[in-house]
Amino acid sequence: MSGSMNRAVISHWSPDNQERAAAILASYPEQRSAVMPLLYVASREHRYVTEDAMKEVAELVGISASQVLSVASFYTMYKREPVGDYLISVCTSISCHLLGGDQVLDAASSAAGVANGETTDDGRISVERAECIGACGGAPAVQVNYELIEGITPDKVTALISWLTDTEPNVVFTDEMQQLFGGERSFDWGPTESTGATSAVPAFAPYGSASEGT
Amino acid sequence: MTTKILTTRMGEHPSDSNTMARYLDTGGYATLKHALASMSPEQIAAEVKASNLRGRGGAGFPMGVKWGFLADSDPKYLVINADESEPGTFKDRQLLERDPHQLVEGIVISSFALGINRAFIYIRGEYAKAARRVQQAIEEAYDAGYLGEDIFGSGFSLDVSIHLGGGAYICGEETALLNSLEGKRGEPRLKPPFPAVAGLYARPTIVNNVESISNVPWIVANGGVAYASIGPERSAGTRMFSLSGHVNKPGNYEIVMGMSWRDLIYGIGGGIRDGNELKTWIPGGASAPWLVPEHLDTPLTIDDVTALGTMLGSGAVVVMDETADVVAAAHSIVRFFAHESCGQCTPCREGTRWLQDILERILNGTGRTSDIDLLLDVSDNISPGLTWPPAMTTICPLGPSATAPIISITMYFLDEVRAKIDGFEVAVG
Repeated sequence: MSGSMNRAVISHWSPDNQERAAAILASYPEQRSAVMPLLYVASREHRYVTEDAMKEVAELVGISASQVLSVASFYTMYKREPVGDYLISVCTSISCHLLGGDQVLDAASSAAGVANGETTDDGRISVERAECIGACGGAPAVQVNYELIEGITPDKVTALISWLTDTEPNVVFTDEMQQLFGGERSFDWGPTESTGATSAVPAFAPYGSASEGT
Repeated sequence: MTTKILTTRMGEHPSDSNTMARYLDTGGYATLKHALASMSPEQIAAEVKASNLRGRGGAGFPMGVKWGFLADSDPKYLVINADESEPGTFKDRQLLERDPHQLVEGIVISSFALGINRAFIYIRGEYAKAARRVQQAIEEAYDAGYLGEDIFGSGFSLDVSIHLGGGAYICGEETALLNSLEGKRGEPRLKPPFPAVAGLYARPTIVNNVESISNVPWIVANGGVAYASIGPERSAGTRMFSLSGHVNKPGNYEIVMGMSWRDLIYGIGGGIRDGNELKTWIPGGASAPWLVPEHLDTPLTIDDVTALGTMLGSGAVVVMDETADVVAAAHSIVRFFAHESCGQCTPCREGTRWLQDILERILNGTGRTSDIDLLLDVSDNISPGLTWPPAMTTICPLGPSATAPIISITMYFLDEVRAKIDGFEVAVG
């Protein structure tokens, strides 16, 4: 079933993303399983899941566009509107709630000047309320493009947003941000992390490399 | 009581415990080589069954028994549940980031035991770093010949890849996870059929948690009987506890079950921050009904905690001190479940939202005297009788989980809830 991708459907995607799509389709026993990773590749291509992208993914996999929409609309990490360069996800689930996560969310919103779930006019910063991100021992915690910062405070998240706006890093590194803006962590030791994120789409092979820092 | 199985390597080699070099240097993959060369699949499965390991994802079902249900019809699949999303839980993240080869070795040994040639690791999308670490480990394992075709001339072949989730807690439920892996909405399926008979692509499938499978190399190396002899009967082995909230030393702790809650919260956890008084704690993730100080001397075993009308669940212990606003805490938990409801079953989809709205108005100072009865009535519609383990009107336990904080605050803190409704200031600290 695999290996028969109709590349013409996505000939306007970058060559890298076309390769990623082909590799993903070839890697599953049944093609429909490729829908979720292909939606991530489409997000890399367009910065969010566009209507056209859903049609393209549908054609690649051999299902209807409405079936792809049913998937894209179910999962919170598929954004169907443009997302900022830096997606700030603030956790307010129970452990973060107990230690001030709601105040961190308020501070992030007011520093960026946008409400929960919105993006700044210049397209730089999006702020969203996140449900538990698995950093409860280092609560409260936030993620920038899914790179984690634990032990944050309202003041530190304000400083984080200024730093992102001022320095416009191409890659955000969890270790660097933790050092600058974080506090106590869930487990406070371990190998350093040399890779980070370049966009609000989670990155790892085969549609991002484990070693390239994409 | 210092036995460590899962966290030895990361404890002794904190700077590089995730790498192949360190894994090999500390005896890694030796068990796999031994198993492939001189054990039969049946022998390995027998060791796992003898270990009495109960699944570490939350349900506590014996792993060896689950394996025994796998229908004998190819192709079969192994799926690792790394969708850790239960509020308060962060143990699997540590195992994924700090010792991914331990998991990979467990997957290869387990697949060999089960006659499986294709495995998936379903990692929640927000665990970007964990996914990178596991991907790196998979690539290293392929390069070294621990994965792929004809592993060490055994004739056994295995392919493993990561499937990244999309930010939906419900995909931690195993049938929802399988739907998600099939490229569908993460909606739980009616059981039966169980995944062991008709799982991924309607094929026989075993779904196991990260922590459960990470124990397999040790069990096979040391024997199931040795594992079963650690800790109390029916709660064998070590277990990762995620401790968070108002304690002095939050974190993950691998401990032998059987110690008391007092030992965990005041000993290992260093007690309550700022010298405050303990008010209540959640013993096993946000789905679990809460406990209060009178339960401090109950042992941490699956069965002892179940007998208190709650559960050890995912091993996530969230501690609240005297300053905690229990209504606001319950609201945070209920909002979580309302947000994460998949929407299939009316009692959950509508009920969780009702619970959220009612708690919200109580918090806003516009609660009504009848709201306490209404909270319990809505809860009773989701989980008739409000017993534990919960009765269900739904396909999966997500809806009933949302009633846990309601039961807890009305059972232990009714005066505080009433006082909020009556509009009086409550002195909570």
